[in-house]
This record gives sequence, C-alpha cells and structure tokens, in this order.
Amino acid sequence: MTKTLNNRAWFFVLPVFAIVAFSAILPLMTVVNYSVQDTFGNNQFFWNGIGWFQELLDPSSQLGEQFLSSLMRTLLFSAIILLIQVPLGIAVALSMPREGWPVALCLVLMALPLLIPWNVVGTIWQVFARGDIGLLGWTVNSLGIDYNYTGDPIDAWVTIIVMDVWHWTSLVALLCYAGLKSIPDAYYQAARIDGASRWAVFRTIQLPKMRRVLLIAVLLRFMDSFMIYTEPFVLTGGGPGNATTFLSIDLVKLALGQFDLGKAAAMSLVYNLIILAICWVFYTVMTNVDAERERVEA
Amino acid sequence: MARITLDHLAHAYKANPRTAEDYALKEINHVWSQGGAYALLGPSGCGKTTLLNIISGLVRPTRGRVLFDDLDVTDLSTEARNIAQVFQFPVVYDTMTVRENLAFPLKNRNVPRDRTARRVEEIAGLLDLTRVLDRKASNLTADMKQKISLGRGLVRPDVAAILFDEPLTVIDPHLKWQLRSTLKEIHRALDITMIYVTHDQTEALTFADKVVVMHDGAVVQTGIPEELFERPTHTFVGHFIGSPGMNILPCRVEGTTAFIGSTMISLKRAYRTLSDGEHIELGIRPEFVRLQPKGAGLPVQVRRIDDIGRTRIARVEMNGRPLAASIPDDISIEGSEASLVLDPNHVHIYANGHLVAGEATGGHAA
Ligand SMILES: Nc1ncnc2c1ncn2[C@@H]1O[C@H](COP(=O)(O)OP(=O)(O)O)[C@@H](O)[C@H]1O
Ligand SMILES: [Mg+2]
Repeated sequence: MTKTLNNRAWFFVLPVFAIVAFSAILPLMTVVNYSVQDTFGNNQFFWNGIGWFQELLDPSSQLGEQFLSSLMRTLLFSAIILLIQVPLGIAVALSMPREGWPVALCLVLMALPLLIPWNVVGTIWQVFARGDIGLLGWTVNSLGIDYNYTGDPIDAWVTIIVMDVWHWTSLVALLCYAGLKSIPDAYYQAARIDGASRWAVFRTIQLPKMRRVLLIAVLLRFMDSFMIYTEPFVLTGGGPGNATTFLSIDLVKLALGQFDLGKAAAMSLVYNLIILAICWVFYTVMTNVDAERERVEA
Repeated sequence: MARITLDHLAHAYKANPRTAEDYALKEINHVWSQGGAYALLGPSGCGKTTLLNIISGLVRPTRGRVLFDDLDVTDLSTEARNIAQVFQFPVVYDTMTVRENLAFPLKNRNVPRDRTARRVEEIAGLLDLTRVLDRKASNLTADMKQKISLGRGLVRPDVAAILFDEPLTVIDPHLKWQLRSTLKEIHRALDITMIYVTHDQTEALTFADKVVVMHDGAVVQTGIPEELFERPTHTFVGHFIGSPGMNILPCRVEGTTAFIGSTMISLKRAYRTLSDGEHIELGIRPEFVRLQPKGAGLPVQVRRIDDIGRTRIARVEMNGRPLAASIPDDISIEGSEASLVLDPNHVHIYANGHLVAGEATGGHAA
C-alpha cells in the first residue's frame, strides 16, 4: 500500500494547533517568562536569570527548604495512595460480579464517588470527620480513640488518605474490571483442568492480562495524587501547621498568597518536570518488562 | 483410566427449561469404553462442546449422571475428576516458558520434579516443541500455542480420559494431518480414552475407532466408520457423512417396492405397511448409484459432472429431484439423457428420519 502525501492535510490540523497554542503553550510561556524575572510591584520587572531556580533547588535557602519538605510530603502521599489503591482496586475488581443485574448495580455504585466534584468531596469529609457533629469523627471519638484532624498531623493525614481512597479506588477497580472482562472463559476453564489454585489463576492469568490497564491506573493515580489540591485545601487548608501542605498548596500560597510570581513560576515549572519525569519512569519500567519479554523471544 | 457412562444426561443453559428447544443436550445415554479413540462428530451448535464440558465437570448437567467406572462424578469438581481437556483456541500462560506451561498441570498436582521434567521432555519431543522449550509462551505463533495446549492435555499420564474440543481449528492443514497421526500414536501407546470433537468428517474418520454422530443435541448414531457409511441409522448421518452425502428421496413403500413419484424401485427387504402419518424416505449413497447411457434403469437428466479426482460424480435430476450418482470409469455420457442403476443392497428406508429395519426376503440377505 502506498501512502498518498497531501499537504492540504495540514490545514485540517491547523485549528487544533491554534487552540493548543492559546490554551497551553502561551500560558506556559508566560510562566517561563515570570520564572526568570523579579518584580518590586508597579508592574516593573527585572531580569533574574536562573536565580529563582537556584534558590528553589538549594535546600539551605528558606524557599528551597520549604519546597523540599513539600515535595517529600507529596511524594510520601502519592506512594501511600498507590500502595493502598492499586492492591485494593485489584481486590475490588476481582470480587465484583461477572454477569447479570448485579454488574450494573455495582458499576453505578462504584462510579458515584468519581462523579462528585473535588471541593464537594472535601466538604463532605470536612463535616463527616468533625468530632462534634460529624458521624465519623463523633463515632471514632466515642469509641475512646482521640481523633481530631484539625489538631493532630497524623489524624489529618489519615483523614485525607481515607478520603482519597474513598474517592478514587473505584477508578482503579473499574479499570482492572475492564481488564478482567477481556479474559476469555477458556482461560479459566483451562486453569481448572490444569488444577490451578485460586492464587495461581491470579498470578498466571489475571494479573498478566491486567498489566496494561494497571499501567494506566498507576499513571493516572500518581499524577492525580501528586497534584492533589482541592480536597486537602478544603479539609485541612494545609494544616495543622504545614503537616498537609502538599506542593500544590504551597504553590498557591506562594503565587496568590504572597504574590511571589517569579518564585511561583519557577516552582510550577520544576513541579511539572518532576511529574513528567516520574510518569516517564513508570511508563518505561512497566513497558520495558513487556519489551524485555519480546526481546527474549527473538 | 476409566469407562465413562452418560446416564440420562440432559442439559439446558436456561434456568427453567420447558420445551425440547430449551435443551442444548436432549437426553443422552452413552458409554465410552476404557481406551477407546472416539470422534464426536456433528455440525456447529449441536452441543459437542457442552457434552465435553459436562464430562470434564466444567458444566453441571441439568439432569442425569456422569459415571467414571462405577463412581458417580456428577457432583465432583473438574479438579477432582482427573480429566484432561484441550480447547478449540489456544490457551497458554503468557508469563511462563513453554517448559513451565507443559509442567503446570503436573506441578499443580505435586508430581515430583524429576518425573515432571522427564514427562515434559517426552511430550515436547512428541509434539516437536523441544526447540522452543525455554522460550516464553507468549508471542509464539497460534500453531505453536495450540501445540502447547495439546501438550498440557497430554502431559498427565494417569487421566481418566483426554477430551479434545476441535483442537486443530487454528492449525495449518499439513501440520493438522501430522498432529492427528501423532495423537493417534499417543493413543495407541498410552491406552487412554480419547474423545475428539470435530465437525469435519475426514478428521473424525481418520482419528477414531468409533465415531459418535451428534445432531441437534442428541446422539444419532455410534459406530465404526464403515457402519456410518454403509448403514446410516438416521438420514442426518447419511447426508452429513460422505461427500457428496447420501441421496435422500421422499417415497412411498409397499412391501418390497418403493415408489418415488411414479418411478418404481424394487427392494431387497420387505417393509411393514408404513402408516400415512410417517414421513418416508429412501436413502442411497452416490457410490451405489451408477449412471449409465440411456437405456435400462431409471431415466434421469444429467445437469453437471464433477471430476473429484479418483471418480466422477454426476449431478442428475429424477422427476425434478436432484441426485448424485457415480460414473463408472469405462462409461462416457453424451447429452443430458441417461439412466440410473441402484444397487438394491444399499437402499435404505427411513421413517421420520430413522432407519426402518425391514425383513429379509428369502435368500437375499442384504
Ligand atoms: N454458555 C452458554 N450459554 C447459553 N447457551 C449456550 C452456551 N454455550 C453453548 N450454548 C448453546 O448451546 C448449543 C450447543 O452449543 P455447543 O455445545 O457450543 O455446540 P458445538 O460445540 O457443537 O458447536 C448452541 O445452541 C449454543 O448456542
Ligand atoms: Mg464447540
């Protein structure tokens, strides 16, 4: 088959280029522009080169120290989220019904948390976890456990993590469920004939067939948890102290609270690069295992 | 190793079957004797897979029992039945090597390592998989993957039976032939009951000692290939087996004479007076219908002559009904008028599809 080259095709993608330029590239360039300048107000800007970046990445400076601790906090949060939501999502997907009306019911119930706006989720949990009037907070306290998410850093973390698990585990589960549904019945039948245990079926049939959707799930959950803003902002406002001040909260404080446009711009760019880099690593590692297998064949 | 008995077995996939149409398997009574090489032959959708899955325990029958020797296994799980089954499309465990795939059924049953290793080598040798034993099973061709599936079916030496569900569907034609002979050799060597499902009569007739023909959820005939050919007990078997299949013509029978329209055919056997309500048909295989130049015999119009290699088959019309007939080597047919000569020893009479025995008339044994 020969490909016909026709330069008119470019005209058809031109509108997309225009939209992307206006919606993404121009704003990004503005940020790049701010990140290399300093200002004393009055809309007067001075060239600052890589000064902001140096300060940001130098842990001995105040900005650098703040950035590093927020970064660590955010990384820890994402790690915990992935460690809980991926296995839990797989487990939920495995125990979902495979056919009949319970499937539809299950899917609707699981999609519900995904449909709630982020700030509403934050508000729901802010009330739900309150010690005085919240059902959860009150119950836990009356069980004799001292729980106060506005005062205790551990309690704040636990609350945010439980909230995120509640909000997003169904996404992982639904993706895994789609992967499981694509396995032909013959595989399960063959496994029964071969006398495979439940665990062997999981290890040798289900997990390998879920790899691709798991890659997507891990990437989505990593990016999303690494950029989490609205829910903790509504729930704890970054506190107590700085205990739940994730990178995004830090960034907004810097940009809108202190109006440090240069620092905030530099931080945005670094933040962005970190996300890209980590996603790239996940992607390469997880697809390389595939490629490695294929290479062994050849 | 066991004799497998199907006792009043019936299966419906619907929850509350009422009419006969609701049943994928109508009532089946059948005994598969220990060590037999069986072919289960029938068109797509007649219930072959359903029957195999019931024998292996993947499907629980709606009614009836399955017995291995004298043990009722109807309620036993697949794992507890000690039976092997190979499916129509390849199933391989992607993360494992070919060797691990073949060893998997043995490993799950805690067979000692050295015995497993020896057995895997042996099976790989039979199926020509030795070269690829240490490669991952994913990314191999469909042929290879199906051989791995076959290998997993064959690797356990002590099974009650090995069930093959159209196992060569995805295999290349020339390799198909070779694999079938391999299976046949393994059968001879191991004395294991094998049930080989297929919708291809050549495959069935070359593999099996005994062929079980299924039609529409029921077993219509069981027999050695010659029996199916010479004495089909059901019109379905007649036209399904043989190429072209048996000629089947609606007729009327009185004593030793059959009437096809106004044409009279004399029979070797006498038949009871067949009642009006029954649908009576006469069946004869094209191999026993000879075409001759116009003259003595039944007058027909020749429509077409097919040269199928060893013989020529004539497509003719008699009183407006199509028939197939063989043309003897020394005969050439000119024009469209010709005559048919039927071998009376191979004429069968069917009532509502089932063979009617008839009574031998003095001295003319069929
Ligand atoms: N899982 C199933 N659920 C409902 N009906 C089925 C199922 N499997 C097979 N059938 C039906 O049972 C009949 C027999 O099917 P099957 O045993 O697969 O036939 P074969 O293997 O001879 O092609 C078919 O009419 C088919 O539609
Ligand atoms: Mg089938």
